[in-house]
Amino acid sequence: MLRFRSGPFLRRPVVRNLVVLTMLALGATACGGDAATTAVPISSGGAPATEVVTAAPSGPVTLITHDSFWVSEGTLAAFTEATGIEVVHQMAGDTGQMVSSAILTVGNPLGDVMFGVDNTFLQRALDAGLFEAHESPALAGVTDELRLDPQHRVTPIDFGDVCVNYWIDRFGDDLAAPTSLADLADPAYADLLVVQNPETSSPGLAFLLATIAEYGDGWEDYWAALRDNGVVVTAGWEDAYYGEFVSGGGDRPIVVSYASSPPAEVIYADPPVDIPPTGVITSTCFRQIEFAGILAGTEHRAAAELLVDFLLSPTFQEDVPLNMFVFPALATAQLPQSFMDFVELADDPHVLDPADIEAHRNDWTERWTEIVLR
Amino acid sequence: MAVLRRVTAVGCAVVPAAFLGVFFLYPVGSILVRGLGADGLARLVELPGRSSFRSVAWFTLWQAVASMVLTVVMALPGAHLLARRRFRGRSLLRAAATVPFVLPTVVVGGAFLALFERLGLADGPLRLTRTAWAILAAHVFFNVAVVLRTVGTFWESLDPRAVEQARVLGASPVQAFRWVTWPHLWPAVAAASSIVFLFCFTSFGVVLVLGGPTRATLETEVWRHAVFRGDLASATALAVVQLAAVVAMVVVTNRLQRRRAVAQRVVRRMPPPRASRRLLAGNLALLGVVLGLPIGVLVERSLTRGPSGGRGGGQWGDRWGGWTLDHYGALADRVNLLPVSALGALRNSLVFAVVAAGLAVVVGGLASVVVVHGRRTVARAFDLGMMLPLGASAVTVGFGMLIALDEPPLDFRSSRWLVPVAHALIGAPFVMRIVVPTLRGIDVRLREAAATLGATPAWVRREIDLPIAARALAVGAGFSFAVSLGEFGATSFLPRHPDQLTAPLALFRLLSQPGHALRGQAMALAVVLMLATALSVLVIEGWGRRGTVRGDL
Repeated sequence: MLRFRSGPFLRRPVVRNLVVLTMLALGATACGGDAATTAVPISSGGAPATEVVTAAPSGPVTLITHDSFWVSEGTLAAFTEATGIEVVHQMAGDTGQMVSSAILTVGNPLGDVMFGVDNTFLQRALDAGLFEAHESPALAGVTDELRLDPQHRVTPIDFGDVCVNYWIDRFGDDLAAPTSLADLADPAYADLLVVQNPETSSPGLAFLLATIAEYGDGWEDYWAALRDNGVVVTAGWEDAYYGEFVSGGGDRPIVVSYASSPPAEVIYADPPVDIPPTGVITSTCFRQIEFAGILAGTEHRAAAELLVDFLLSPTFQEDVPLNMFVFPALATAQLPQSFMDFVELADDPHVLDPADIEAHRNDWTERWTEIVLR
Repeated sequence: MAVLRRVTAVGCAVVPAAFLGVFFLYPVGSILVRGLGADGLARLVELPGRSSFRSVAWFTLWQAVASMVLTVVMALPGAHLLARRRFRGRSLLRAAATVPFVLPTVVVGGAFLALFERLGLADGPLRLTRTAWAILAAHVFFNVAVVLRTVGTFWESLDPRAVEQARVLGASPVQAFRWVTWPHLWPAVAAASSIVFLFCFTSFGVVLVLGGPTRATLETEVWRHAVFRGDLASATALAVVQLAAVVAMVVVTNRLQRRRAVAQRVVRRMPPPRASRRLLAGNLALLGVVLGLPIGVLVERSLTRGPSGGRGGGQWGDRWGGWTLDHYGALADRVNLLPVSALGALRNSLVFAVVAAGLAVVVGGLASVVVVHGRRTVARAFDLGMMLPLGASAVTVGFGMLIALDEPPLDFRSSRWLVPVAHALIGAPFVMRIVVPTLRGIDVRLREAAATLGATPAWVRREIDLPIAARALAVGAGFSFAVSLGEFGATSFLPRHPDQLTAPLALFRLLSQPGHALRGQAMALAVVLMLATALSVLVIEGWGRRGTVRGDL
């Protein structure tokens, strides 16, 4: 059923017609019995087309995303073209805001599909019962490392790394560029690093998790050493990258940012450059995986399933890198050259179990605050 | 006649009461009830025992008081200049002073950091970076306009002859101010101060960006607990403390405003004397430092390229990339990080701002009438209630709307008009705080004379109150407009269609990836946003001026 909205929305002719049409369609569905189930072919990249028998999907389907979500014009239209289902896209703040508001509205969701919950927020979302399970046939093309929920309440869509970046020109014969987390605590690299507060910043949290994954219980000593080595902490990524880091006019040449920052430095350079001025220390990377899930209480379950499947289709997956600066989850998706030229993907990134993260993050960040800021 | 008065009064009260009730009290009440039910009450009880809470609460309070005092001190000379002296570019300066209001804190924070760096205040004994002083400086920057405009507007309506008479009788300028001007001016200063206090009390971005990671206010703590830690109970406990403090503060300042309001005659406006060069230069220098320097940094950034050449592009340290207008040209094209072009986002913002300012004027204007003419308890309730949205955290309002306005007949949470409604909630108290002192200042004899001559109360209101209040309404409308253009917090919590992206959100997105093209475009957007604000305020207040009638008998 279409959720009724009050006010001018319903008064618009298009909308009114849509409501009438939907009702007619639903009526037909209700009367049609068995005839209403149709076969919907779904093709996923590389995998053979599968036939899924399901109730006739009706829309429109509402896709809730964080503010960083964007795809090329026409990508979501391709879904509508293939399925006849209209997609209404709504943005709901950053990942933390989006997940928090979804938890507050659980059972009466703002939309049908949510995209963008990552592995640092995943367990919180699952514990709150945000999602309905759906095993997308397209999952076959996704590597095991990304498939964190065996119950398929969420489907991995993309991933990216949070890594330490450095300004290449600041390093050379006198001082080689750092290559590891340990280097950052070395007095030779004193007063060069800027990080974000894990209590207020998502890359800041990811970097703290990387150090915990690397050092285990020794992470507290590591951060004490970083503190002694003159680490600067900012509230968010913007203040770190644009305020303290060399790129924005600051004087610190090492910063916590993304593996995709160097290509962005080229793509958005002014004046144009051929090679990025920054590099990534791949041994410091923490892998962030973004998922999509069908919000519990959806009234367009069948359409929502199709949309999740579409998010794993080559059309969508190959559009992701240059719009969101992340890697597609689908192993066979083709990556654009301008993205691949300058991006380094960590072979063995740091990871932590989402359940572990959720169970300890508040303790970890509190301990971190005591060690680094007090 | 009495019945008629009652009917008008009820009519005036219903609109603002319904607006506030549906879009603020009910949502905020819902989220607080939900949070307190989920263990929040227990958290609230144990809060006072926590030293970390006490230090956050104390810091929140003192920085707000200090910011408020500093802002008033910095703005009063300028308010005098705008109210009492004539000089070329007066209305331009008036409009320009409103500009800081619309700048997103992330941009202003960056400008201040760059400024400190350039002035040698980033390190060493005079370090301002990551200190409370940086927060205070930014708060003065953001709020000078509030005092300048609200006090200035009221000051202009005061009878200058009283001061002249005092001077003739031998009072020094200081004495004349202390004993003649101040007793009349005080309610407007109190009104402006209470707004500034609330803004600083709930400051968010400034504290995070400029204060460094160790500084927190109740506002940042509510956000951190609700969004980052997923701890609704603690967030609610903190939000309750914040709201309680805001209620207490508003009750106190409202009482001050009422007690000291001295009725005065509204006089025929005589052209004020020309400003002396020295006075003008001194004041402009002060405003130039407070407002001009950070804005200058933004303008410069919007006009320069990044360091040339990237890697291997010559000696590092040569940051100069040359002047360019490219960033402004780029505003018309959509970057792939944004669903619409930067100019498209600006257009969205302008549309929302028109709606928000219109709502704020209606709601705030009617509420002002109730506050001034309504029955005592009702008047006080409105005086307090309308101010609360200024002091409530964006998290509380945003989340509250999500959980409260989710079912018919109040299913608004996905409506595109919820954004300007949220903006109008913040704009209406501005309108009220500017209009109320003006209405209270209207000489009661003027009304009595009109009534004696046979005018009905409604007629009196239309023929006397409205024309006199038109100026104040227009200034309030200008402020609501600017507030809406710059609002970020509550907007970011409401679900939005991508094509409704507002300018501050677009700016934030542009700054979320590396690359000087994006940064330059963000700065260019900030500058265009400032220009649009100044221009809009100029136009809106021009209307108000035209509507002004000399309230003289």
